[in-house]
Order: sequence, then C-alpha cells, then structure tokens
Amino acid sequence: MLTVFRKEVLDNFRDRRALSSALLFGPLFGPVLFAIIVTVVLSQAMSDAERTLTVPVTGAEHAPRLIAFLEREGIDVETGPADLAAARDPVRSGEHAIVLVIGEDYGERFRAGRPARVQVVKDGSAQRTVALAARVEGVLGAYNHQQRVLRLQARGVSPSVLQAVVVDPVDVSTPTGRALLLLGMLTYFLMFSMLMGGLYLAIDTTAGERERGSLEPLLTLPVSRNRLLLGKIGATCVYMLVSLAITLTAFSVSLRFIPLEELGMSTNLGPVVAAAAFLVAAPFVLLGASLMTLVASFTKSYKEAQSYVSVLLLVPTVPILFAALLSIEPSPWMMAVPSLSQHLLVTELMRGESLSPSLTAVSVVSTLAAGALVTWVTSLFYRREGLLG
Amino acid sequence: MIEVRDIGKTFGTVQAVESVSFSAADGRITGLLGPNGAGKSTTLRILATVLRPDRGEARIGGHDVRSDALAVRREIGVLPHGAGLYPHLTARENIRYYAELHGMRGAELERRVDAMIGRLGLDDIASRRTKGFSQGQRTRVALARALVHDPSHVLLDEPTNGLDVMATRALRELVRGLREEGRCVLLSSHVMQEVAALCDRIIIVAGGRITAEGTPDELRDHYREHDLEEVFVRAIAERGGDA
Repeated sequence: MLTVFRKEVLDNFRDRRALSSALLFGPLFGPVLFAIIVTVVLSQAMSDAERTLTVPVTGAEHAPRLIAFLEREGIDVETGPADLAAARDPVRSGEHAIVLVIGEDYGERFRAGRPARVQVVKDGSAQRTVALAARVEGVLGAYNHQQRVLRLQARGVSPSVLQAVVVDPVDVSTPTGRALLLLGMLTYFLMFSMLMGGLYLAIDTTAGERERGSLEPLLTLPVSRNRLLLGKIGATCVYMLVSLAITLTAFSVSLRFIPLEELGMSTNLGPVVAAAAFLVAAPFVLLGASLMTLVASFTKSYKEAQSYVSVLLLVPTVPILFAALLSIEPSPWMMAVPSLSQHLLVTELMRGESLSPSLTAVSVVSTLAAGALVTWVTSLFYRREGLLG
Repeated sequence: MIEVRDIGKTFGTVQAVESVSFSAADGRITGLLGPNGAGKSTTLRILATVLRPDRGEARIGGHDVRSDALAVRREIGVLPHGAGLYPHLTARENIRYYAELHGMRGAELERRVDAMIGRLGLDDIASRRTKGFSQGQRTRVALARALVHDPSHVLLDEPTNGLDVMATRALRELVRGLREEGRCVLLSSHVMQEVAALCDRIIIVAGGRITAEGTPDELRDHYREHDLEEVFVRAIAERGGDA
C-alpha cells in the first residue's frame, strides 16, 4: 500500500500537467479571482461616493454661502435651467440626476432668519440616480443643521435643546449580505482548489492507468485490490492537502491587500486562523478523493473521466451557495453535511468567532464517515471485472 | 505446470472462450496460436487472475486461479499486451515498483533490480524515463518487470508484436533462456512463424475452442502438410472461417 502510495505521488509529481493543475493553477486561481471580484465590487461601491458630482443650480447667485458649502463637499455647481418648470424635463429624461432651484427671496428670508426655500428636483423612481440625489440632499441637510446651530448659539441658546431624543442605532448584524456571499465564495474556492489538487491523480490512477494498459499487469501482482486502491486514494489525498495548504496561504496573503473593512467585512485570515481552517477543512479530503476515484473508475476513458469528475467539482458548491444566500446559522444537522459544515466552520473562523467543539466534532466525524463509506463502495467496485473496461 | 480444464468465459453476449483445456509443462515453451479474437488473450487473462472464468478450472503450480488467486500471482510473471509501463518513471523505477509490490525490500530488492537490468541489456537506458522508448525497449523493460520476482511460470501475450528483426531475435533468445532455467513459459501469438520458431508445443485456438494440438512435427504429420502455415489455415478452417 505504501509502495503504491509512494509511486503515485512520484509519478504524478513528474507529470508537469498534473502538477501545475494540482498545485499551481488550482490553488492560485481562487485567491486571484477572489481578489479581482472583491476589488471590482469595492471600486463600484466607492466610485459613487467619491466621484465629484456636477449639479445644475438655478438662482445660485442668491445663495453664495450655500454654493460654497456644496463645493467644499465635492459637489460642482453649474448654471441650471431658467426656472422650476424648465428644470423638470432634463431630470425626467435622466440628463441630470438632480437640479436645485433657489428662489429669488432666498437671501432676504435667510438674513431675516426665516425659512429660506431650496427646491430639489429629482426622479424618485430612477434607481440609477437615487443615490446621487440622496447625496446632494444629505449635504443640504448638513448645511441646514450647521446654520441652525449657528443661529441658536448667536441667540445664546444651547443647540442641544433641539434634540429631544437621541437616536443611536446599534447594528448587531455582523457581516452584511454582500460580505457573507464573498465569504461563501472564499470557502467555495477553498473546496474547489482542494478538489482540483486531487483531480488529476484520481483520474490518472484509475482511468489513466487503465488507458495506458498498466492496470492489468498491476492486478496480476500478489497485492490485494483494496491495498492498491487505498494507496491510490492516499496519494490523491496528499495532493489535495498540499493544494489546500497552498490555497489557504495564498488567500492569507492576498486578503492583506484587499481593503475588506470598507465593505463592512471583518475578515481575519492570519496564520493561526489559516491553520485552523486547514484542520477544519482537511477531513473533506478523504471524501473528495474517494468520490473522484469512484467516478473516475466508472468511466471508460481518460477524457470521459475528466468530464464527469469536472462536473463533480460543482457538487460542493450547492450547499455552500445555499448557506451563503440564506445566511444560515450553524446547527447540528448542518454540521453533518460534508462541505456545508466545512463552509460554516471556516466562515465562523474568519469572522473571528471561536468554534463550538461539539459542532466541530460532528463535522469531522460525519465527513470522515462519509469518506470511509465512499471508499468502501469504491473498493467493492474495484473487485469487479468491469474495472478493466 | 499450468493445467486448464474446460474453461469458458462470456462477456455480455460475446462468447470469448467456449471451452479450452490444455496443459503446459515446466521447462517447455507452449504456444497459444490463433487468429485475432480466437480467445487467446482471454485465456491468458484468466490464468493471470485478472478475469474469472465462468466455468471450468485452471491451476498454476497447483494453485486454483479462482480460489487461490494471491498464491497464483506469486507464481506468475506476466507480459501484458502492450507493455503498460509508467511513462513518467524511469526504466529502473518501473522495475523496482513491481519488485516492491512483490514484497522485496532493501539489498535484495536492489540486487534483483540490477540483475534484471543486466539480463535484459537495459544498462544504458535504465535511468531514462520510459516515455520516449521504442517498442523493443518497452517490451524489454516490461519483461524485466515481469521476471523480477523470479516467477516459475511466465505468461507472454503477443511478446514480439511490433518488434523489429533484431529485437525479435533477442527476445527469442531470452525466452529460450527461461526454458533452460526450467520455467513454464506460455505465450500467445497470431503469427505462425513465431510460434514455430520458439515453441515445443503448439495449441491452435479458433472461435474459443482448441482445434489442434501437438509439437510442430506432430501437427505436420496430422495434416500431412510440410508447411506449418498450411496447417494453421486448415486448423482454423475446421472451426468455420476466421472466427
């Protein structure tokens, strides 16, 4: 068994294609794609907030201080349409997100300490411009507040009398929906590259061996088929573990360069968490390796095995997507589902929470048991003559 | 000593071997001769314990291929159809892998591997990967691999297939050497000259049955033909065409 194991490790180590797919593209693909996606999402989220906005203002000459305030807040002011009626159409057509109309009596009323009017023309049904309009309104609100405070102070009144109630929201939701989805993606990439790491070996040691004609003489040796199989699955497991370790390291490094905090995500994947994630995800290796070996054993050729096993790579996504979209809390029965349980545990770890020992144990035991079961089924298949194709 | 009694094997609806019985003695080269699809390979695969016969009995060195497969596997060295080497391993590693799977370790392992490399003249290519090897080189490595545990029975499936003249001659010498060492050699071929040149005893198989059996001289006498090729053609014809 050890002999078979050593030989398969060496054989595939020499195969450049197997090696690069197992230990290079697989493990690095995930982190790189993850970094790209997160950066794109981030830059989209930021661009709206940071882009300077140009707002047409009608009657800007009546309120020079308000205009100065707007410009300080990064809003450029241009000369707007003639009057309120003329402002409606460009907003309705989407030419402008928002138009401000300042009345002729603005200055007079402002100086008299009476409410001065600014009309905001916007299209509440246009999704694209709602955020921009809200930003302008927010700046107007801030100016309003500033002036209020100044006026009260000028009259010797504390501004706090205006605040009867302090509304102080405490948000208990940790990561946002978007962050959870990203975390789900991260664990998916972990599982994916782990499986990728063993993909070539699973195929090469079964369908490949049969296609090369080396399986038949192997079966004439005084070694039981179970031992051959265990040696092969063992070698596949080692490649998967190495691939998992490389992926985690790559994630650990790449996450440092992504400003995830700006998305409201607190993701920590330092060396300790990465090591813990490795241990939590490792039990899945046996199940993955034996599943791929089983599927590859059923196929008639290398090509066929490749296509079937590639489809198999998608299987662990299903529970992870399900969990990420519905943002489920871990419960014991979920810990019995391989891949879902690894996803939940790794996510917990990256949120900086500590793992429940019993839930972790359920995950490890159930996943290993599933792996043992599939290995056993594969060994039954290995006893059949159909194996030779 | 290989003894085969009335074995049969069916794949789905195809009857590969209908009924084959023969024996192959130690210190003799026995040839299974027949056209493609006659059931030679299937018979050899049953003897190599890769396939199980549907019926009948086969023993190698007294061990039953069905009930005592592991003991049979210790007795046999198999050269499969096509060499079945690992292209990413060197010739030496290919041979050593099989030696280790036969349970050899340490100094004995290295000694046996070196001995096989010397015997098959592989010294200059032993540490090269087998990927770009010629058919002749591949066959020699596969043969070294099959003989590394010093088996008393040797099964060769179409051993000279794809070999050039020189390689064929070298291989014949080697097979005769195995006979001189008292081993029981069973080989299959669809080439009359091949079998005539090597074998002490010829078994002609067609359509999953044995149609003629004997030494080359006995076969010539039986069919009153001087040319063995004519013997072959007539023996096959008795089974109704080229099966």
